[in-house]
Amino acid sequence: MTDQEILAGLAEIIDEIAGVPADEVTPEKNFVEDLDIDSLSMVEIAVAAQDKFGVEIPDEQLKDLKTVQDVVTFVSKNS
Amino acid sequence: MTGSKILAFGGYQPDKVVTNDDLAEIVDTSDEWIRSRVGIESRRIAGPDETVADMAEAAGAKALAASGLTPASIDLVIVASCSSEVPIPNAAATVAHRLGIGAPAAYDLNAACAGFCYAVAAASDSVRAGSARHALVIGAEKMTTWIDWHDRSTCIIFADGAGAAVVGPTADGEPNGIGPVVWGSAGDQAEKIVITTDTHAIRQDGQAVFRWATTAMHPVALEACKRAGVSPSELSAFIPHQANLRIIEAIARKLGIPRERVADDIVHAGNTSSASIPLALSRMAEQGRLQPGTPALLLGFGAGLSYAAQVITVP
Repeated sequence: MTDQEILAGLAEIIDEIAGVPADEVTPEKNFVEDLDIDSLSMVEIAVAAQDKFGVEIPDEQLKDLKTVQDVVTFVSKNS
Repeated sequence: MTGSKILAFGGYQPDKVVTNDDLAEIVDTSDEWIRSRVGIESRRIAGPDETVADMAEAAGAKALAASGLTPASIDLVIVASCSSEVPIPNAAATVAHRLGIGAPAAYDLNAACAGFCYAVAAASDSVRAGSARHALVIGAEKMTTWIDWHDRSTCIIFADGAGAAVVGPTADGEPNGIGPVVWGSAGDQAEKIVITTDTHAIRQDGQAVFRWATTAMHPVALEACKRAGVSPSELSAFIPHQANLRIIEAIARKLGIPRERVADDIVHAGNTSSASIPLALSRMAEQGRLQPGTPALLLGFGAGLSYAAQVITVP
């Protein structure tokens, strides 16, 4: 899966869970500061990402994934 | 084999209302933060001298009155609680005595927030097996005994209250009114919700519990429906443990149950652990949101980690 495909899939998830329009989900965006996504929504996003990409994102990892690019890179490296 | 059913509900909440603004004066939090993270607007807390047994008695009296049974008809009393002030004596025998129930089998049961569903299952099985005729089942909690009022991740969530149900046999030819229980535990995650011996206060790993509840509980609910022969779309009401409105909404979404059929008592009751399901049932009954004779799904989950679900027929 290319980074572009992961980004598109992640944007769909974020739209569904947090109601952020997919075109606003760009790599440099910070989840908390730019997209107003809280820690519980991050858990939901991680669970949905696991279903979609087959990559588990544990809670202890979540706190280090601050931007959209961080998640794309994590999924890309671990898939 | 005799069938079992729920005959009536009753609920009790203490008088004292604590709002989010009240809590914001004690810890660094806000009404907006609490509403958005857990969905609570206000909760009730017990008075300093009010005990688990006092609240259990109040809820039990209401359920007993609503059932139309005399105290003498009850021969089993189960109190589900994880917040008793003392381990001995149990609350159940005291409550039974105060309600005028003579010498019933009486025990307390601790499965934390799953406790009420465990107690309904135990009572149902006792009635069906013939070891009891009518059971009074109560979930009662004084969670505030075990709260650190300086811990803003827990003191905003937990509250006090009690709820009760009367379980009895079905009439000849009447379909069974309490479906097979689907229950279990995940002791490998026991440390996610604990009361520590040094602080005597509840600590929980909120993110981990949220992940568990939103991923592992809807399959339990689906299995309970399957074993009762009911599809989720046929449920007239879904009463999950009132842990966190976002958990409730996430599970309901995964089950495809529309919002208006889902209990949201947490908004004004907070998380009352084993009391939350019967309290929510009582409130929904008062509001006319329960339709007698229809199937409703109960789902309890929490510390242990423990969980249980069953489909009941609304009395």
